[in-house]
Amino acid sequence: MKLKKLLQRSYLGLVLVFLYAPIATLIIFSFNSGKTMGKWAGFSFKWYEQLFRDPTLMQALSTTLSVALLSALVATVIGTLAAIGIHSMKRRTRSMVETLTYIPMLNPDIVTGISLMLLFLFAQVSLGYGTLLLSHITFNIPYVIFSVLPKLRQMPQNLYEAALDLGCKPAKAIYKIIIPQIMPGIVTGAIFALTLSIDDFVVSYFTTQGVNNLSIAIYSMARRGISPKINALSAIIFVSIVTLLLIVNIRSSRAQNEKEKHAR
Amino acid sequence: MADKIIDLVNITKSFDGEKALDGVNLYVRRKEFVTLLGPSGCGKTTLLRLIAGFDKPDSGDILFEGERINDVPPYKRRVNTVFQKYSLFPHMNVYDNVAFGLNIKKKDKAFIDKKVKEMLELVNLAGFEKREVESLSGGQQQRIAIARALVNEPEVLLLDEPLAALDLKLRKEMQLELKKMQQQLGITFVFVTHDQEEALTMSDTVVVMNKGHIVQIGTPVDVYNEPINAYVADFIGESNILPGVMHADYRCSFAGREFVCVDGGFMKDENVEIVLRPEDLDITPEGKGMLQGVVESILFMGVHYEIRVRINDDLVLTVHSTDAVLEGARVGIDIEPDAIHVMKLSDMPLATEEELEVAADYEA
Amino acid sequence: MKRSYFAAPYLLWMSLFILVPLGIIVYYAMTAVSPDGSFVFTLENLVKAFDPLYMGILGRSVYLALIATILCLLIGYPVALILTSKNFKKGSLIVILFVLPMWMNFLLRTYALINILDSGGVMHQFLGLFGIENPKLLYNSFAIILGLVYNYLPFMILPIHSAMSKIDGGLIEAAEDLGANSWNVFRRVRFPLSLPGVISGITMVFMPAVTTFAVSRLLGGSNFMMYGDVIENQFFFMRDWHFGATLSLVMMILMLASSFLFRKYQGDDDGGVLW
Repeated sequence: MKLKKLLQRSYLGLVLVFLYAPIATLIIFSFNSGKTMGKWAGFSFKWYEQLFRDPTLMQALSTTLSVALLSALVATVIGTLAAIGIHSMKRRTRSMVETLTYIPMLNPDIVTGISLMLLFLFAQVSLGYGTLLLSHITFNIPYVIFSVLPKLRQMPQNLYEAALDLGCKPAKAIYKIIIPQIMPGIVTGAIFALTLSIDDFVVSYFTTQGVNNLSIAIYSMARRGISPKINALSAIIFVSIVTLLLIVNIRSSRAQNEKEKHAR
Repeated sequence: MADKIIDLVNITKSFDGEKALDGVNLYVRRKEFVTLLGPSGCGKTTLLRLIAGFDKPDSGDILFEGERINDVPPYKRRVNTVFQKYSLFPHMNVYDNVAFGLNIKKKDKAFIDKKVKEMLELVNLAGFEKREVESLSGGQQQRIAIARALVNEPEVLLLDEPLAALDLKLRKEMQLELKKMQQQLGITFVFVTHDQEEALTMSDTVVVMNKGHIVQIGTPVDVYNEPINAYVADFIGESNILPGVMHADYRCSFAGREFVCVDGGFMKDENVEIVLRPEDLDITPEGKGMLQGVVESILFMGVHYEIRVRINDDLVLTVHSTDAVLEGARVGIDIEPDAIHVMKLSDMPLATEEELEVAADYEA
Repeated sequence: MKRSYFAAPYLLWMSLFILVPLGIIVYYAMTAVSPDGSFVFTLENLVKAFDPLYMGILGRSVYLALIATILCLLIGYPVALILTSKNFKKGSLIVILFVLPMWMNFLLRTYALINILDSGGVMHQFLGLFGIENPKLLYNSFAIILGLVYNYLPFMILPIHSAMSKIDGGLIEAAEDLGANSWNVFRRVRFPLSLPGVISGITMVFMPAVTTFAVSRLLGGSNFMMYGDVIENQFFFMRDWHFGATLSLVMMILMLASSFLFRKYQGDDDGGVLW
């Protein structure tokens, strides 16, 4: 029994090493004062300083963040409204619209990117920040919808009708009754959209020109070979993502544990 | 001695520091229909799970035909369980569900075929072999769960509130059927329920539990007629429970007057609790009977009327009667000596309404 | 006002940015530029798309993705199984650790892998200790497969883990009660009930793996093109948009068809949503 447990744990450990060793090495060598990977030449913040003085990368960082925030915001508004609308549709229309919504999620990113690029070129819109933003909103919306829809389904039936019955106007009923009920889904959808946008490379690659986000900048640098500046950047991104996700996950699992305790 | 099939000796079990079972002793005789009865959280399901082998006791021994089986895993025990939520395998059809245990034991195909058919006939579901379990109604799923357990010919069948999810009519039917099956097959049944009526209808022996203890063990008739304390009296059937004083053997007083009763063995002038079953009380015209009061409410219950009679400021008695009276009428109440059950003051507090409700929520 | 009108902005948006673009892809795929600069209808591109050259690359993409998927399954299934055993609490830190890399940009992860595998990198020094000098770890199909497995392993673990943790504990107890030891419980109950998660995991690994393009470029070099790289090539190097659109169309139809197929087998699960 002990042996089995030991074996299980070492297996998990091995897979974790596989998953994290490259990232850990990357982070360690971001503090290397030398330029070559694998040869430790002393500790320094040199690459971080250079990173913050690199105008291209700083520009890319601000593009990534602003596109992520704006696209998540717009997608959350449109997606939430859409979910409320879809939820109240008749069964057949609803399943049709839901299938339509699945298409961009199932479609390979590269096809989504190319199709949008062709659209913009067809409409003679020059590629840049605007087209990047429109594309990100487009692939974010379905994720918001599918985060909100389950919450709408969990909502007690006739809640909306009850509000109307009690003299609430439709707009107010939605604002006062439905929105608070589905708030967790909206928040999940927004975070989802934010992460997807920050993470995206493929769609961005095809739908912008001149204005680069971080993924594109990293790609073009990585193709030219290893630069310790990217190590520094990766370290920053990784640590911030890990911190954010750990906070979110630990909070939600705590909330779940609390719930389970109460149920007992 | 020889016919004890299961013997639980001084069993204690805690979850997260809370005692679910506290020094429980109980034996089950071969071919007996034993019911563990009590409110949610009384430890009855825990006891069942210990017998099945899903949990291990913290201390005490579980004996099966005289052998200690504390450390025997569930799949090696000669008992089978019918679960409250049925726990049918959703990825198998009816046939494969019922055949599961026999397949595990690698019985040959013809034998399995024959046994499954027999079992499905026994539970009135012949011809359902190919159906998906999720397409069945609750009652049908219940029967499959029973067939799946019985096909293994267990020495003991454990049933964990198997009828709780069924509607009233179906529940009544299944109660009779289960009892019939048990007698027909000659298998020992250990049945868990919080429904006292169910317990009284089906069992040879009723084990009343509360807060991890066994409160009373007896035949349904004994437990109903001679509840050991006010808790049992209250839990089994409806009761009027009121304070009283025992003056001497066969002489007690309550509700402001003295009565002749059939109990004895108390100290002189000991404070006691008096339990009166509503159906043991008789409504008489005003002036007759031993107590006088005003009808506060009358409710038609189908078979009888439930009449609440106010005797004085502190005391309202519930009476079951087949005759209607007028609300507000003055009536008398007659009490026969053998209708008066005298209880020592219970050291165990009664479960409050609230506790019962919380427990019911958890169950759901 | 009817509440279903709330979906109007969305429907408008999606028509403009999903349906119309897909239409344009079809349009480009079915046309070619005539000498006078106008578009003329042709099936030439479609015929060319089925040329052995492109079919061969498609075949290789599918092959590499398939191997990566199988490896992910072989590595990931035991992980999910161990994580759902009694010794680990649901939502515990260790479970999060396995899913976490999913949220890191895959370019960064690929870049980290290059760092390790590159000549003079940590892996070379490590293997050097065992006397293996200058192994060729990059720019071959091994590197691509490793990159795919590294990138997509969490996407295999997560759905399997969530399918397994959804299995009702009562079913396991029922099986034990009916005489099944732990191997039989696994074979007859746990494994069949984890299959929806397995299918979902396969979808989540295989689909993006087939269609990837940057990973192969970075790890495989220019000699190991996958289908996605060929498509990108048509747009940015060959400048043949019509043929690029055709190849995209082929890939899209292939992917949509297979995901609907998978979906059918998967039943009405939530589709392996990530949260």
